Amino acid sequence: MVLFVLRRLLFLIPLLLGVTLLVFFLMSLTPGNFLTPIKAQRDISPEFLAALEKSFGLDRPWYTRYLLWLRNVLHGDFGYSWTYKVAVVDLLWQRVPATLLLNLTSFAFAWAVAIPLGVLAAVHRNSWWDRLTTLFAYASLSIPEFFLALLAVYFAARTGWFPLGGLMSIEHEFFSPIGKILDIAHHLVLPTLVLGLGGVATLMRILRANFLDVIRAEYVTAARAKGLPEHVVIWRHVFRNAVNPLLSTLGYVVAGLLSGSLLVENVMSYPGLGQLIYSAFIRQDQFVVLASVVLSCILLVLGNLFSDILLAWIDPRVRLPAR
Amino acid sequence: MKAIPAKRSGVWHQVVSRPRGALALAILGFLYFCALFAPFLAPYGPGDQDLRRTYHPPTSLTWTRRGLAVRLYENADPSQALYRPIPGRTAVIRWLPIGHPYRLFGLFPCRRHLFGVEPPQKVYLLGSDSIGRDVFSRLLYGAQVSLSIGLIGISISLGVGLVAGGLAGYFGGWFDSVVMRTTELLMAIPGLYLLLALRGAFASQFGSGEVYLLIVIILSFLGWSGAARVVRGLALSLRAQTFVDAAIVTGLSPWRILWRHLLPNLASYLLIAAALSIPGYILGEAALSFLGIGIQEPSASWGLMLAQAQEMKVFMCNFWWLLTPGAAVFVTVAAFNLLGDTLRDVIDPHFRTGDR
Repeated sequence: MVLFVLRRLLFLIPLLLGVTLLVFFLMSLTPGNFLTPIKAQRDISPEFLAALEKSFGLDRPWYTRYLLWLRNVLHGDFGYSWTYKVAVVDLLWQRVPATLLLNLTSFAFAWAVAIPLGVLAAVHRNSWWDRLTTLFAYASLSIPEFFLALLAVYFAARTGWFPLGGLMSIEHEFFSPIGKILDIAHHLVLPTLVLGLGGVATLMRILRANFLDVIRAEYVTAARAKGLPEHVVIWRHVFRNAVNPLLSTLGYVVAGLLSGSLLVENVMSYPGLGQLIYSAFIRQDQFVVLASVVLSCILLVLGNLFSDILLAWIDPRVRLPAR
Repeated sequence: MKAIPAKRSGVWHQVVSRPRGALALAILGFLYFCALFAPFLAPYGPGDQDLRRTYHPPTSLTWTRRGLAVRLYENADPSQALYRPIPGRTAVIRWLPIGHPYRLFGLFPCRRHLFGVEPPQKVYLLGSDSIGRDVFSRLLYGAQVSLSIGLIGISISLGVGLVAGGLAGYFGGWFDSVVMRTTELLMAIPGLYLLLALRGAFASQFGSGEVYLLIVIILSFLGWSGAARVVRGLALSLRAQTFVDAAIVTGLSPWRILWRHLLPNLASYLLIAAALSIPGYILGEAALSFLGIGIQEPSASWGLMLAQAQEMKVFMCNFWWLLTPGAAVFVTVAAFNLLGDTLRDVIDPHFRTGDR
C-alpha cells in the first residue's frame, strides 16, 4: 500500500518535468512574449526594455530559461505574472476558491441526480422512464458544453431569473451574512447545472449498465431466494456492488478541477481558474500557464491515486499492485 | 478477447435493420449531403455581407399567385435591429437562379444555386448575423468543416495509434516503453491546455486552409494516444494466441503478420472507436473556433458562428437564430454517438449499453 502510493508519487517527477518542458518549448516557439505589448509603447526606453528582458531571462535560449525556471520553482518561487503584476502563487490562490466551489457543487449535483435516476432506470428496465432517461443521457452527452453555457446565459437574459455571470453581485459587500451566501448560491445555480449535466449523463449510464450486470449475479438470486424484501436486495446487495466502478471516476473529477470548467467559466464569465488560464495563454503570461499546468498535473495524479485507494478500501477484492 | 471477424455486409445490414442505426445513418447521410452540396444549396457565399440588413430575422414564406415567395421586411428601428414585414409585399423564390460562381466539390465551376430571390431583395431562411451574412448559407459551409474534420482527424490518429500501438504490443521491449511513456505524458496533460499551447506555438498568420489543417493535426496529435494504448493491449493478447505462433512458424515477416493477421482482428474495434471518437474532433474544432483560435473569419465554422452569438445584443433582443449552429453541432454529435453505440451493440454484444 505504502509502496504503491510512493511509486505513484515518484512517477509524478518525470511527468512534471516532461509536461513543463513540452509546454515551455511550445510557448517559446510562439512569436512574441509577454513583453511584446509594451515594446509597442513609445515612452519606454530601449534600455529599460533590455533590462526587463534580462531580468526575466528573455535574452537567453529557451532551455536555459527552462532550467532557470526549474531552479526558481525548486526554491518555491513560481514567478511573477506580468499581466496582473502579482506573484503567480498569489494569483492562483485568489482564483482557486471560486473554481473549487463551482466544481464541488456541480459534482454534488451530478451524483445526487445520477444515482436515483440510474437506479430507477435499471430497476424499471425498458419502461418509458428508462427510455426517457436514456434519451436524456444521449442528449446531454451530445450537447457541446459551451453551447449549453451559452443557452444558459441566454435563458438568464430572457427571463431575468438568474444573474448573467460573475461570482457575486456588485452590492455583495452590503448584504447580511445570509444574504451573501444566498447571493453566491444564486450566481452558482446556472454554472453548476451546465457543468454538472454531462456528469449526470455519464454517471447514470455507467450506473445503469453496472446495475444490470450485477442484478443477474447468482448472489442476487440467492438473496431473493432466501426471501429478502426487494428493497434490501436492491440497495444492500446490488447497489453497493454496482456503485464501485463509479468511484474510479472520482479521480477524473479531481483531475478535471482545473481544465474541466475552462469553457464554461469563459462563457459564463465566472471568475475562476479556467478563465485565468485561458487569458494567460492568450497574453502569453508564461509563468501563470506553467504554474497552472503543474498544478493540474499534480491534481490529476493525486486524483487517480485517491480513487484507487478509495476503491481498494471499499472493495476488499481489489489489491493494489505493490510493484 | 474475442476476435470477431468484421463481415462488412453483415455489420452494415445489422446496423440498418436497427431503428437507432437507421436513424443515425439517415441523419448523417443528410448532413453529409448538405455539406457536399453546400455551395449549391446555399443561396449566398459564406462571406457575402449586407450592412443594411444586420440581424435580419428569418424571412417567413408564403404562397402567392406566382408561387412560393418570401415576405419583405422594413427596418423599423435600426438601433434595435427591429424589422417588420411589409404587408402585401413579397419576393418570389426563383429556382436554380444564377448567382455567385463557385466550384462544386472544388472541381466543377458552376453558377447555379438551388434557390434565391431577385438580387436587391434577400432570402434569409435562418436570419442574418451582425454584418448581414446569411446564417443558413454559413451553416451549410460550416458543415463542411465540422463534418470533414472528424473523418480526417480520426483517420490520422487511428493510423498513428494503430502503427505505434501495434508495433509496441507486437515487439515489446524498449519501443513499447517509449510509446507507452509518451502516451501517458500526452494523456496526463489536460487536453485543452495542450491545445492552447500547440495552437499558440504555430503562428496565427495562417490562411484559413492552413489553420484547418493545423487544427486537424493538433487534434489528432492529442487523440492518437488513447487508440495506441487500446491497440497495444489487443495486440498483446492476440500475440499470445496460437494463430500468431503458427504464422511465425511459417516464416512470415513481422510486418505481414501485423498486416494480415492482427489488423483484421482489430478492425471491429477500430470501427467502433472511429464512430465514438469523431464527436471529440467535432467538439474540439467547435471549441477552438469558439475561443477564437480555430477557423478564422471570414470562413464559416459552427464554433465561430456561436462565438458571435455571445454578444449582449443577441441575448437582449432575442436573436435566437444565431444559436442554430449549436443545434447543428448537437444533432451531428448525437448522430455519431448513436451510430457508435449501435455499431458496438452489433459487433460486440458483450459490451451492450442500449437495449438489452
